[in-house]
Amino acid sequence: MTCSRRDFLKNTVGSSLVSALPLSAFTLISSAEAAAALDEAKVRWAFLVDTTACVGCGMCVKACKNENEIPYDAPVTRTWVERYVMTKDGKTHIDSPLGGRDGFIDDKIRDEEIDPADIDKAFFVPKLCNQCENPACVQVCPVGATYQTNDGVVLIDREWCIGCGYCIMACPYGVRFFHPEAKVADKCNFCYHRISKGMDPACVESCAFGARRIANLEDPDDPVANIIRTERVAVLKDEYGTKPHVFYLGLDAGVR
Amino acid sequence: MKLHVLRPLWVAIGLVGLILVSRQFLVPDDFGVHGRNFTYGYHRLSNIQEWKDFPVKHRGREFCVECHEENVSKLNASVHAPVECENCHGPAVNHPDDQENLVLDTTRGLCLRCHAWLDYPNSARGDLVSIEDKRHRRRRECIECHNPHDPREEEE
Amino acid sequence: MLEEPVVHGVEWTVKELFVYPNEFIYWSIQIVMYPYMTGLVAGAFVLSSLYHVFGQKDLKEIARFSLVFSLALLPVAAMPLLLHLQQPTRAMEPLLTPHFTSAIAAFGIVFTTYALIVLSEIWFVYRKYFVEQVHALKGKAGLSNAMTRTVYRVLTIGAYDVGDDAIRIDKKAATVLAAIGIPVACFLHGYAGFIFGSVKANALWMSPLMPVIFIMSAVVSGIALCMLTYIVIMEWKAFWRRRRGGVEEAGEIKGVEVDVISKASRYLIGFLVAAITLEMLDLIFRGYTAMKSWDILRSVMYGKDFLNIFVLQYTLGNLVPFFLLILPRRTLWRTVIALFLVLFGVFMMRWNVVIGGQAFSLSFSGYMHYEIPVIPHSLETFKEGVFGALMVIATPFFLFWIINKFVPSLRRDTEGS
Repeated sequence: MTCSRRDFLKNTVGSSLVSALPLSAFTLISSAEAAAALDEAKVRWAFLVDTTACVGCGMCVKACKNENEIPYDAPVTRTWVERYVMTKDGKTHIDSPLGGRDGFIDDKIRDEEIDPADIDKAFFVPKLCNQCENPACVQVCPVGATYQTNDGVVLIDREWCIGCGYCIMACPYGVRFFHPEAKVADKCNFCYHRISKGMDPACVESCAFGARRIANLEDPDDPVANIIRTERVAVLKDEYGTKPHVFYLGLDAGVR
Repeated sequence: MKLHVLRPLWVAIGLVGLILVSRQFLVPDDFGVHGRNFTYGYHRLSNIQEWKDFPVKHRGREFCVECHEENVSKLNASVHAPVECENCHGPAVNHPDDQENLVLDTTRGLCLRCHAWLDYPNSARGDLVSIEDKRHRRRRECIECHNPHDPREEEE
Repeated sequence: MLEEPVVHGVEWTVKELFVYPNEFIYWSIQIVMYPYMTGLVAGAFVLSSLYHVFGQKDLKEIARFSLVFSLALLPVAAMPLLLHLQQPTRAMEPLLTPHFTSAIAAFGIVFTTYALIVLSEIWFVYRKYFVEQVHALKGKAGLSNAMTRTVYRVLTIGAYDVGDDAIRIDKKAATVLAAIGIPVACFLHGYAGFIFGSVKANALWMSPLMPVIFIMSAVVSGIALCMLTYIVIMEWKAFWRRRRGGVEEAGEIKGVEVDVISKASRYLIGFLVAAITLEMLDLIFRGYTAMKSWDILRSVMYGKDFLNIFVLQYTLGNLVPFFLLILPRRTLWRTVIALFLVLFGVFMMRWNVVIGGQAFSLSFSGYMHYEIPVIPHSLETFKEGVFGALMVIATPFFLFWIINKFVPSLRRDTEGS
């Protein structure tokens, strides 16, 4: 419930009704209360990305790195934004400099100038861990250092990971990496410390355009879960049988 | 005749025994199948709580408003209302207890993340108010003229 | 010393076109060394078993040697993994909490089982020798003699019965162990192939043929290394004995026995043909079915890695030695060159699987190049660089030198004395 309220707020904020709202509406119910409510209820976390809303500002990447203590200048990141520019010659130009941490300011892609007249379509696609129903990364961990929680999030035990890299190899989405300081495998966990307190993940909170939203699929009243249920959504790389739980609105066939 | 043939076997069994005994000491007590099955749920249970206890850094606008009500209400009334305070001001963490000043990003680069013009059809980027970075007051910082808490202010 | 946090893989990965931000060549030279060394272990053991189990008498000399050599290789199969782990101090965890749905989880168990089989077999083959040494060294003065004797006493594990019955049982036990050892050796290595073949995310690796290809090339490389080392050591010894003993003794002490080499190379050729056939089948099948990944695979195989795959691996590493071995009037020198090339070819095969599998992005829209660190400037660039690999290659020879001091695998007369 709590997270849905925040989403509701985001939308209303966007439609400038916000000035009419009293400030108290922004206050969350206490996090202990929310956490208790979440423990009892059945939860299956999922994510909704609206690629039509993303403008490629990269605020989500910046917030994620700061929130999750991923060294800011390291080229690895728990979430990233890809830019796709499809030109009339049938080519697809893709880039994600520093994972899109500093946004997309230049229209050059890898120093290549692209004439706007040649562009058929161009858009941004945020990526993050898919928290798969059948996570290949968990299956291949030799020591049980990564696992799926009952609410569907895949976590990594930093005390137990041996750093063999097999999970990194097994993920078809390339979301995993070695944490430069912890020296163990690392990846997005939907900001587990935040969602378990009833807060939004850092990337969701920092997104001004509602392009990233978190959902509890087990909650029939969750508005984001309802979008996933009722709208035409797609997932990435369905063919691997991993059953990803990050759903995309407006996903183009050319997205890798 | 003694069955000397089995001696290597005793050594092997001793070794296996040693591993099994050391398991008792080296494997955490809460290690086991906790999720839906062995494939996906074999782990150390207390690690879930460890992740839940990971420190929150972005506290959200509802935290900022406790002290900075004027700025927050100004922001909420502006077209920048969807932008979180911490996007520009940096994560609050334990501010102001252990850190009086946050790392505020006032650079042109921050504004350009949304407002640099990219000629992309069908992209939401085109709907935003944009400038051409190379043409629009190249050497100035945006905040010299525009108020980020209410960007329309100067135009009126 | 505080080090700047380094992202694993950044130092040796060069990206081209679009590669996901987190993609790097995470599995580098040590993971090339791992299946290579494991393959040598398995191959060496299979060669020794050909004598012990199938009674290939002409392989007798090389069989004892390759058995002991496979023991020397054994720790080295685990060494690259230790060097590769980001948390090497946790290396025992796969034995403590094995997660058996992972292909790596069984490594500790299979590896330990295999080590015990090899050790036991050596024990049965050399027990008589151990007992003799204990008796021979009895009462001899000097600290080193006493220490050597203690080592041999431990090695006997208290079994001093060297009567005819006991020795017969020893031989039988060794045969049984060699027989059990063959499937375990194949499992140890086939399963190294499974580690790669089961990664569904990797278009190049995912193939049910991978374990079989790995076993075949393992046997090829194992036999080749045993033959090569055997030839070098025996020729070296013969050379020195000839110099010392003069002409008349030289007639008696031959170097390499030609029969042994002929027989072993026939097995080598057989396994080599099987390995190439399977690899070709895999390649043709990928091209024919042309799944989504084929575009990028083709550009890697026929483009970027053409030299590595078709020139170095298939031509120089397989085809050339095949003809060198099969054409008539083979000389010892030609054999040695062929064996070197075979070993190189199998190494390139491992390289092309491990590095080649990471040469393209999971996005199928970009490439990664591996630039192996040569001059190390940190622990990581040493471990995962040229010198780390050389260290791994050198270790088995060093270990063999030590083991051979107690277990004389190169003496021809141990049986008779």
